[in-house]
Amino acid sequence: MNYKFDFGPVLEGFPDLMWGCLGTLGLALGGMALAIVIGIGGVVSRDSHFLPFRWLTMAFIEIVRNTPFLVQIYFIFFALPFAGILLNPTITAVIALGINGGAYAIEIIRGGVQSINKGQVEAGLALGLRKSVVFRVIVLKPALRAIFPSLTSQFVLLTLTTSIASAVSAYELTSVAKRIESDSFRSFEVYGTVTLMYLAMSWLVMMILNQISARYFNYPTK
Amino acid sequence: MGKGEFLFLLKGLQWTLLLSAASFACGILPGLGVALARTSGFRSLERLAAGYIALFQGTPLLMQLFVVYYGLALYGVRLDAWAAIALGFMLHASAYLGEIWRGAIEAVPRGQVEASKALSLGYVSRMKDVVLPQAFRISLPATIGFLVQLIKGTSLAAFVGFTELSRAGSMVSNQIFKPLLVFGIVGCMYFIICWPLSLYGARLERQFAAATR
Repeated sequence: MNYKFDFGPVLEGFPDLMWGCLGTLGLALGGMALAIVIGIGGVVSRDSHFLPFRWLTMAFIEIVRNTPFLVQIYFIFFALPFAGILLNPTITAVIALGINGGAYAIEIIRGGVQSINKGQVEAGLALGLRKSVVFRVIVLKPALRAIFPSLTSQFVLLTLTTSIASAVSAYELTSVAKRIESDSFRSFEVYGTVTLMYLAMSWLVMMILNQISARYFNYPTK
Repeated sequence: MGKGEFLFLLKGLQWTLLLSAASFACGILPGLGVALARTSGFRSLERLAAGYIALFQGTPLLMQLFVVYYGLALYGVRLDAWAAIALGFMLHASAYLGEIWRGAIEAVPRGQVEASKALSLGYVSRMKDVVLPQAFRISLPATIGFLVQLIKGTSLAAFVGFTELSRAGSMVSNQIFKPLLVFGIVGCMYFIICWPLSLYGARLERQFAAATR
């Protein structure tokens, strides 16, 4: 191998790369928030008594889960103008990430809702607990605890998926890396470094979520 | 959209299927190796396999492809673009399959291993005749789930200029200026391939859950 490594362009572009990391984390955060909203709304409509809502939600889940994110983001990118939203890559990316993550979140959250023991709710009410307390302590917390591990891995996956948003040139790490690469032709150095940055970010997301889990859900169940 | 454009998309679909099949098939043996290393009982080997898995699960598939693609060029390995991409997907698949199969191997009841040890079966026979056949059944739903992920993942080969279905879609869309129609059709094609697999995986999972209840 006669190749001489040259990390000069990477070092020069380091501040830009760090900003790119922030962009990636911002996209991931926005996507997660939207995914949770879609997830909760999706559970309500998935289990509604109005059948067309059920079918639509089930179709939505299957379509999103069985097509690539790249195709979804292209489709949304070109479809949004028809909904009156101007082409903005970053907004497109957040919406696409939210829709994609939401389809997975629906099934996860639904599992959590189903894991709640109805007898416990009745027992709580029979003991004279207020409805708000029953919901907070007997419904919400155990359900969140049950789904937190799957939600964590789904959110880490979502963080990694943001790299595909570079296809519509949203502002995030991969598009910054592409720019530096096309200026310097140091492809391996740039993408190698960026890969490690992604590794650090996915660890960061995992660590934060694990901390939350340890802080709020670390109580014995039996 | 004319007949020519549609045939071009079909051609892309053909490459998507070929790439998925090649990377999955080539990922099976290394994946099994990773799973066996991860459950081998040798601390250093287990750590190595765990690190390999964590590396691939903690970085975007797109970056893995870029690093392999440009890394091979550095070492002066002259591979066809498509072989380099397939190699990237193969490494990705080996890590994910390794993790899925590790879980399955550990899910085989402990007594099975103990019984085969009591019968003084060697490691090879214990794995080949007792543990792996049972692990295979346990892992099947998750393995099919990963196959769907992989088929969807091959769309990222478009980033390094490989004309599979997604890139064929972009090209046609740029030509005829009907992005919604073209990406709608492309999405349908992926769906037609992936959905039956997903349904089959879900059915196996239900059957398995019913059998072990």
